[in-house]
Amino acid sequence: MPLGYFLGLSAIMFTVGVLGVILRRNALVIFMSLELMFNAANLVFVTYASYYQILIGQIFVFFVMAVAAAEVAVGLALMVAIFRTKHSIDIDQMSSLKG
Amino acid sequence: MPVIGTIFYAFLAIVAVGSALGMLINRNAIYSALFLVLNFATVAVLYLALGAPFIALSQITVYAGAIMVLFLFVITLLGAEKLPGYEPIKGHRIVAIGLAFVFIAELVLFFFFRNQVTGPIPLIGPEFASPRNIGVLMFTEYLLPFEVVAFILLSATVGAIMLTKPERKSTTKLSQQQD
Repeated sequence: MPLGYFLGLSAIMFTVGVLGVILRRNALVIFMSLELMFNAANLVFVTYASYYQILIGQIFVFFVMAVAAAEVAVGLALMVAIFRTKHSIDIDQMSSLKG
Repeated sequence: MPVIGTIFYAFLAIVAVGSALGMLINRNAIYSALFLVLNFATVAVLYLALGAPFIALSQITVYAGAIMVLFLFVITLLGAEKLPGYEPIKGHRIVAIGLAFVFIAELVLFFFFRNQVTGPIPLIGPEFASPRNIGVLMFTEYLLPFEVVAFILLSATVGAIMLTKPERKSTTKLSQQQD
């Protein structure tokens, strides 16, 4: 299979993730779009790991997964804390720091 | 490349992109999360096709299992699956879609015009990325990043507990004593 297939698929998935961050206002959906972008980056890691026959790419995918899990845990805790004070997770209403 | 392989990869690509778009478009956050689970499973199959079985199964357990369960739990806990639809900045959807096309065009141009000849991905045996090889490399050469990641997970756990803990009663008692 040509290399471009996986790179193109990853590029499209990453772009959909960027669009999700820009377009959606539900903070949880924005987090999901971030996960989609992580996923696209991981796909490139694994693709080049098998293209160059070196295992380091797959090990870094494992580290990226662990850090993404930590990020999701802290991020969702932040969402719950924000929901307690504001009673909404619409990011347009999270503008208390705006000058 | 036999035809059946092309059909297989085309099907996977269509499912992956379609589920990503479904996550983007769907108004209900629960449906978005379920579309994302489908996308993660499809990418796990791609990992298997690329000769990375350990990463594929980690993807299923960590992403499609643990992380998405956490998402669904928080969505149902907050009851915030739907938001009223209005556009805060006029025309910002059209601008965003235009920028996305520019981004894809840049990536495609970069791929076609760089001075590097790329061949097909070579077929690799099952021994290359077996859990044994990955474990040996991870616990010898990459032991320090492994420990750092373990510490990050621990601190994230502590942080999540601290953030969601309800207000402590002892501070109110202290202020009452001062009164």
